[in-house]
Amino acid sequence: MTKSHITATINGDVREFLCEPSDTLLQSLRDELGLTGTKEGCGSGDCGACSVTLNGRLVCSCLVLAVEVDGAEVGTVEGIGEPDKLHVIQQKFLEHAALQCGICTPGLIVSTKALLEENPAPTEEEARYYLAGNLCRCTGYDKIIKAVMDAAETMRGAA
Amino acid sequence: MSEAQDYKYIGQRTIRPDGYDKVTGRANYAADLALPGMIWAKVLRSPHAHARIRSIDTSKAEALPDVMAVATHVDIPNQANPGAINILAKDKALYHGHAIAGVAAKTEAAAEAALALIEVDYEVLPPIMSIEDAMADSAALIHEDLITKGMAEQPTSPSNVSSRMEMNKGDVAAGFAEADVILEREFRTPTVHQGYIEPHACTVRFDEDGQSMIWCSTQGHFGVRATTAALLNLEHSKLKVIASEIGGGFGGKTVVYLEPLALILSKKSGRPVKIQMDRDEVFKASGPGSATRNKVKIGAKKDGTITAMEAHLYYESGAFPGAAPLGPGCMTIFTPYDVPNQYVEGFDVVVNKAKVAAYRAPGAPQSEYACEMLINELADELGIDPIDFRLQNAAKEDTQTLYGPKLKAVGLVECLEAAKNSAQYKSALEKNQGRGVSSGFWFNIGGVSSVIINMNEDGTGTILEGSPDIGGSRASMQMMAAEELQMPTDTFSAIIPDTAHIAHSDTTGGSRTTFATGMAVVEAAADIVTQFKERAAAVWNVTPEQVEWKDGVAINISGDGKMTAAEICAAAGRTGGQITGLGNINARGAGPSFAVHIADIEVDTDTGKSDVIRYTAIQDAGKAIHPGYVEGQYQGGAAQGIGWALNEEYIFNKDGLLENPGFLDYRIPLASDLPMIEAIIVEVPNSFHPFGVRGVGETGIIPPLAACGTAVSKAIGIRMSELPLSPPRVLKAILEA
Repeated sequence: MTKSHITATINGDVREFLCEPSDTLLQSLRDELGLTGTKEGCGSGDCGACSVTLNGRLVCSCLVLAVEVDGAEVGTVEGIGEPDKLHVIQQKFLEHAALQCGICTPGLIVSTKALLEENPAPTEEEARYYLAGNLCRCTGYDKIIKAVMDAAETMRGAA
Repeated sequence: MSEAQDYKYIGQRTIRPDGYDKVTGRANYAADLALPGMIWAKVLRSPHAHARIRSIDTSKAEALPDVMAVATHVDIPNQANPGAINILAKDKALYHGHAIAGVAAKTEAAAEAALALIEVDYEVLPPIMSIEDAMADSAALIHEDLITKGMAEQPTSPSNVSSRMEMNKGDVAAGFAEADVILEREFRTPTVHQGYIEPHACTVRFDEDGQSMIWCSTQGHFGVRATTAALLNLEHSKLKVIASEIGGGFGGKTVVYLEPLALILSKKSGRPVKIQMDRDEVFKASGPGSATRNKVKIGAKKDGTITAMEAHLYYESGAFPGAAPLGPGCMTIFTPYDVPNQYVEGFDVVVNKAKVAAYRAPGAPQSEYACEMLINELADELGIDPIDFRLQNAAKEDTQTLYGPKLKAVGLVECLEAAKNSAQYKSALEKNQGRGVSSGFWFNIGGVSSVIINMNEDGTGTILEGSPDIGGSRASMQMMAAEELQMPTDTFSAIIPDTAHIAHSDTTGGSRTTFATGMAVVEAAADIVTQFKERAAAVWNVTPEQVEWKDGVAINISGDGKMTAAEICAAAGRTGGQITGLGNINARGAGPSFAVHIADIEVDTDTGKSDVIRYTAIQDAGKAIHPGYVEGQYQGGAAQGIGWALNEEYIFNKDGLLENPGFLDYRIPLASDLPMIEAIIVEVPNSFHPFGVRGVGETGIIPPLAACGTAVSKAIGIRMSELPLSPPRVLKAILEA
């Protein structure tokens, strides 16, 4: 089987990699590009641990074929925040103790950023429905929602 | 109740030390490690719930060019180990998804393709899928040699009941004779899964010199070492297990599934091997929590005094005798009640399901659900408020438990009072809404913990602890060390070294870590205080008794002089070498904790769907070291319990095949399913711990079952007795009423 050569902009960097036609974007990110911040929880688009943005749209990377991202822009958790300064969303997750085991956290950070770019002032209900695709088994979501609402308010203040 | 103490460092809401790596994606979990030369393995699993394995032919798989090793049961070095048949099935496939063979190949896809070429000749047998089926007179036998243990007279013929146990205090017959009202009901709970988001995975390497390493996600890396070493006949010194960050466990990662197989494949192939379960494998072959059928009988006088409590519990253990958490189920069921006459009988029953694993307060949610549902019904029958009824009969200091000890100071009464005073309990309900209250009890155990604190030359300290951190415990270890040494929390880092760099520590489970490992940290920190005094004394040429350690500074009380930790550590080479504090302990006692939850639920009577509209979780923490993460445990436990009560269940078809092995159909609570969860921390110090800590992780999953069960029952005016209260079940009850 011939591998495909893919060129994509990932977190702002132009990256090239090879993939099988059947490889998912999740597999290529983790196994070819070393971006293991994106997690696999289910492989079927049900848990959101592999959330990334594809040309600005929030997707489950386990449901995207790697060949589909040729020429596209992909954003992962590794692209959020500056080397010496966390993004407000990341900071608020820490301050609110909005993570326990942390496996869902990268996906939730990516999804929350997408939420707040679409809707800078979500209601609690809007936040809960937007993030309904990101499963967390540890927290009961209470502190996640508090972190998201606080991040939204802080980001609005800074804008 | 002990006097409240002022603490300087514990009780703060600090930023957890591992948090930065987790919000940036840098933290490494089980599936995140790749080694040079690594190959991938996959597991062939039984397509049948119950089948005899006549033969396995792996030759076609082995002939594939990319396949580097294949293993079946015969490749397990220690065939006599009872755990071997759940790593790879031997004569029988005992559940849908039971591991049959493993293949390691150059790519994951090649390993997957090779599985399809393994030929297994099965003789399909009738599956036993319920307690009723298992205990029926004509039931087929899962194990032909299983004789029930614990019967008054030992049976002469085998059955599917592996053991019976009973506990008694007082005289229940006399107690029931005193009662004015006696209620008796049966309750059922389904097979559920812990539902951690991270699938089981490991990367392993077997070296030619016999040294091996395992990188995996586990609640207990010493358990992984012991189990794997036993199956492969290795010495512990030749097997190093590294606990990766762990993406949830809830008891389900106390068990070893993949690591011995991966190491066998690594040995055969000469290459590092990685295995990662797919989500459907996680559902089929790991966990689950025990399904149960529980009968409870309670009697009370008209004035609300409970006179007798009796239960008969039946727990599924999967296909592996004795795996059910029956003991804790029996021990916990009546602990919230100070009632002189209590009797419990329990049965462990085998069925053709995966081997039952611990699930957060293992065994307690199921039995306490039955008790608490009946308590609520009895309160209604007597016309007494359910919280007042509990207060009137509440366990407290000196209550004789059914399972053994008398309770020390505990916080049930305080939790009940907090519930009664909560905003939620005072709020009004509307149409189609119901309210349920439940208490819950869990032991919170002690056990063996090993801690080393290495003081660095600059006066900072590195805490090494043997307990994998599943929910933020590294933060609490830093804070406890800081408190004991009276030095700022960020002076300390906390890490969990591999099994070669710290002595054995028991598994992170039983809510033991902050209690027992925390106690070991305090002991190690106290050891450092002693050494600081000795070193400062040496510098000052006085005795250690003439040195005081106060506010993080050594003070010469017989003359002038102060030394900071940094000064003492910088001089340590000249005063006897570097300073290490040791805390290798077996923590005695436990941290019994009680919780009280209130659920308000609205039921859509057209669809049967239940929505939790308000929820309050109250629990005694003893002392909350990090209140944010204590609240998080209460809220997370509540959410899991709500899922258990309202939606979650394994669905098997008539052939015993699991039909919902994925998060779409095994539906755990989503953000959009839940309200904010009000967490209220009660603090009645635990006399066994220097700071009064009780474990906090598990108790919170117990009360939601009966709180939600009662709330739904009240909302629809029908007493429901089987979980989950999923829309179809609730709608059926409404339509049949």
